[in-house]
Amino acid sequence: MSETRTELLHDVTLRVNGVPRTASVPARRLLSDFLRHDVGLTGTHVGCEHGVCGACTVLVDGAPMRACLMFAVSARGHEITTVEGLGDAPDARPCATGEPMNPVQQAFTECHGLQCGYCTPGFLTTITAYLQENPHPTEGEAREAISGNLCRCTGYQNIVKSVLRAAEIRDERAGNHDDEGAGA
Amino acid sequence: MLNQVGHDGKVLAGGQSLIPILNMRLASPGHLVDINGVEGLDTVTVSEEEVRVGALVRHAQLERHGGAFGALPLLRQALVHVAHPAIRNRGTTVGSIAHADAAGEMPSVLALTQGVVEARGAAGSREITAADFFLGALETALAEDELVVATRFRRFPRGTGTAFAESARRHGDYALAGVAATVTVTDGVVREARASFVSVTEVPTVLDLTELVAGSEPGSVDWSVCVDAVRAHVDPEADIHATADYRRMLAAELARRTLHQATTHAVTGPGTGHPTPDAEHEGVRTR
Repeated sequence: MSETRTELLHDVTLRVNGVPRTASVPARRLLSDFLRHDVGLTGTHVGCEHGVCGACTVLVDGAPMRACLMFAVSARGHEITTVEGLGDAPDARPCATGEPMNPVQQAFTECHGLQCGYCTPGFLTTITAYLQENPHPTEGEAREAISGNLCRCTGYQNIVKSVLRAAEIRDERAGNHDDEGAGA
Repeated sequence: MLNQVGHDGKVLAGGQSLIPILNMRLASPGHLVDINGVEGLDTVTVSEEEVRVGALVRHAQLERHGGAFGALPLLRQALVHVAHPAIRNRGTTVGSIAHADAAGEMPSVLALTQGVVEARGAAGSREITAADFFLGALETALAEDELVVATRFRRFPRGTGTAFAESARRHGDYALAGVAATVTVTDGVVREARASFVSVTEVPTVLDLTELVAGSEPGSVDWSVCVDAVRAHVDPEADIHATADYRRMLAAELARRTLHQATTHAVTGPGTGHPTPDAEHEGVRTR
């Protein structure tokens, strides 16, 4: 290859929130930029761009990963879930505005788990995956679970409460599949 | 492929160390060779002598591998300290070893287990011992066209306990200092004791402490006897986060604690190897 190479573009198709999305991008395109710039899903926020802040965390085949530390081309063949897709979960229920919210989103609303909201998408994806692995965390475990996500507003207290409340809402909804809105 | 791109190419596995470097424009290789599609690199194999970890095994996969924990508890004891779960879901253990950052946990574990790196290049395959593999900061014995296809962590003899601890300013950050320790007890007597370090030596090296404690009863050993040897062994650098003296003090204290804990594990077994969140808030995390 010569010094002055023209940038090759690759047609990349990813399944994002169950929908195939295609864009022509250079190999160096980060997954976070692919989601925001090429697909237009700006719910995934980009904070530090080196894996420390956690704002860009998305679910890759259900497991939380940093979208800023993956290339879009590497994500081919994997199922990506962003914050926009959390409301598609079977245990999501319509909130006051009619939009569906999963238990973690509902808990953040109830417990005031956010202020400016910049870090929130990363917390929501991280906690959603965590509760599938550990549905009934203690407060200490809840703190540990969110230790890879930074929030500069809340002081974390209400986020910890949100994790614990989300676990309760999951249980409530699991027990009341047909009884929407109960206990909300 | 690596042969073609030579020095202008870098291998991409999990990318959790490489992509931050690219994002911060600290390196700009012309080519990345993504090995994620290569078949057969994502397996963990446990044998009588060792635990073999393929190049695409994610930290999280190894951390949760029951067989690997049973064979070599030190793996999980150290892996829970590697960054955050979201990073461990993507980052690979072999990648962190090939990256050869002395602030990384797994190079230190490979050194302590006297492990082996399996490298494959255009000219064929070869094995490199941990002692020969790490040459300097981010520098290894790998040739430009070689890929690490697996690392093999050697299991310890029966009667061996291990422990790992590190101290960082913030949870999941690079450690100011960290220690992996192993103590072997047979017939009620300490036979061997060794430690390796994170962030306080230029390359991961092993300090043999056997001479200081061999022949003692495990319950009566005061591991403070190792403090001077540790202080003399480590060679930390000062930076914005801590002075060299402070890191040296930390390394010695962490060594004392982990050696004590490894002794307990040698006698009673290693528990689950998972962190106990309540111990998190004591500043120095010991598991």
